[in-house]
Amino acid sequence: MSETWIILGASSSMARNFTRRLAEEGHALILTGRDKDDLARLSADCLARGAAHCESFMIDARDAKSFTPIISKAGLVDGTLSCAMFIGSMPDQSEIDADPSLIDGVIADSFTGPARFLQLLAPLMEERGSGTIVGVGSVAGDRGRLGNYVYGAAKAGFATYLSGLRNRMGREGVHVMTVKPGPVDTAMTWGLGKQPFMTTPEGVSNDIFKGLRKKRNVVYTAGIWWLVMMVIRNIPEPIFKKMSI
Amino acid sequence: MRWNEMSYSGWGRALQATGEVARPERSKAVEAAAPVPAIGNRRSYGDACTNNGGRAVEMSRLDRVLSFNAETGLVEAEAGMPIGELARLFAPLGWMPAVMPGTGFATVGGCIAMDVHGKNHHVDGSFGAHVTAIRLVTNGRPKTITPKNKALFTATLGGLGQTGIILSATLQMKRCDGRGMEVTEQRAENWEEHIALLASSNAPYTVGWLDATAKGSKLGRGIVEEAITTAVEPQSSPAGASKSVPFNFPRITLSKAIVRGFNKAYYLRIRDGGQTRIKPLEEFFFPLDGIHNWNRLYGKQGFHQFQCVVPDDSLDALKAMVEKIAGSGLASPLAVLKRMGPDASGIMSFPMQGYTLAVDFRESPKARKLIAELNEDTLKAGGRIYFAKDSLATEEQAKAMYPDWRKWAAEANKADPSKALETDLTRRLGLRSE
Repeated sequence: MSETWIILGASSSMARNFTRRLAEEGHALILTGRDKDDLARLSADCLARGAAHCESFMIDARDAKSFTPIISKAGLVDGTLSCAMFIGSMPDQSEIDADPSLIDGVIADSFTGPARFLQLLAPLMEERGSGTIVGVGSVAGDRGRLGNYVYGAAKAGFATYLSGLRNRMGREGVHVMTVKPGPVDTAMTWGLGKQPFMTTPEGVSNDIFKGLRKKRNVVYTAGIWWLVMMVIRNIPEPIFKKMSI
Repeated sequence: MRWNEMSYSGWGRALQATGEVARPERSKAVEAAAPVPAIGNRRSYGDACTNNGGRAVEMSRLDRVLSFNAETGLVEAEAGMPIGELARLFAPLGWMPAVMPGTGFATVGGCIAMDVHGKNHHVDGSFGAHVTAIRLVTNGRPKTITPKNKALFTATLGGLGQTGIILSATLQMKRCDGRGMEVTEQRAENWEEHIALLASSNAPYTVGWLDATAKGSKLGRGIVEEAITTAVEPQSSPAGASKSVPFNFPRITLSKAIVRGFNKAYYLRIRDGGQTRIKPLEEFFFPLDGIHNWNRLYGKQGFHQFQCVVPDDSLDALKAMVEKIAGSGLASPLAVLKRMGPDASGIMSFPMQGYTLAVDFRESPKARKLIAELNEDTLKAGGRIYFAKDSLATEEQAKAMYPDWRKWAAEANKADPSKALETDLTRRLGLRSE
């Protein structure tokens, strides 16, 4: 059955692949992002692929005022409402070390912004008693590491938030799925050299759809990261603190 | 844009390049950047898609449909859109790209830059004949050109990416009955029969597979495939469950005996009197796309494809070339013979009225020598070779085969005065040295 999906951060290549598949299944889409021209292109693409309807909104995770028109729009939607969140930002840890004020932005983009948005959206979804929330976090949130612990902390916060939200919404018939990608072949990783167990935006999208079909709560993508992170999470802290992985 | 220092090559993998490559995900980034050669999914075999020691921008992530009109069949797509994806999306709605090359991974930008042809060239002409507008960054500015901008437009069709970075293009698609193709295959026992079948075919899509190992009375034998689109739903699923070649195969894989045995079996698969089946369009148009990285079958040295076209009255010369190839024992199972119709899309376009032959050869000094001879034979026969496949032609040969090159070079040099868009191929063949 056709649903309406809100996509946060629709311009990222991961979101693009997922969004297109929703379009090909004929769902209605509310696309949000920061690049107006790019949203217009994506919107045209989705309509050509069979989206029932497509509308775009500008959003800034750091500015809750930008959420209002999207939430109002969502309130008018008939039928099932779902939401997928692909927003986040990852400056180099070294940049953050040089300028600690960057932390606020990272936390806002990856955690407090999306959480605040979901907090506004949740009642609308509870009212309908159906729908899905897909929250994209990161394996970086599973343990604080030398290379990106501020980003990791933001994603960890978001994952904990999603776990609580799942606890709340699950009893109202809304499914909340946390997605934790490892390295993905996108603009973010281009030029960083070969990454371990790298997947593609298409691979992420496949894993999300599979997870949704099976009503999974937490999905790692590529799947092997579930195992890798279980090992990493279980390294005793006295040893882990001396490692650089 | 972020730059990634990497080694890469064309599909044949025999010529390697090293250089910085960017892969932008938004169109604006390309418009804003300094001009460098644009590459797509690198389905050109030789060095048309490489810039050794320099930079290149890979367009594969710019792959969106910007508009589609279900009434007229006009579609505008970004340059990195694979042509097979357009077929997948729109064939169920009754439209497919008017011209599709042998791989669905070729991008819209690449199809324009090579002015590719398909199995319907004798009826529908080449890719460029169905392009109604091109948006490209030329001389530092984005600009939309149509066939009315004749000089720049005809220099861009088949223009090897030298007139600007193609951002998007509008294509007139062709009506089809669905995603099925009704394919009739019949055996041709020798060269004369093969040519006769191709010449007399009335089907919109016609192609000949050639057993390039058969000699003597069997020389030129093969299978002629003719197809029409059909509303009948094909039984087998499209390339969804695709396979992949996981590593470089050893040289023995395509040894003489194995190729000869394979070709014989492949030929005998067709019943006397022919057979007709319904296939998904992907299987008919892009027979090898279901096997990812099939180029690894040739081992890590890679391979070359020789493709030429000769005019109708040079058929004897073409037959002599096939004889030479069969005698060499160097051919692989992939050899194709096709009839071509007249064409005048672009100044540097490959197609001409006559017959085209394409044969793969595993990289080796012997193969290089043979291809060099075949290039010379093509020139003598009044034909030309295809830049999308070439890696071995000489500057003299290329310029003699494309006598209008000077006119084209003038146009390209006007559009890209700093020659920032030159690729390894244009440098090797000196095509822009007015």
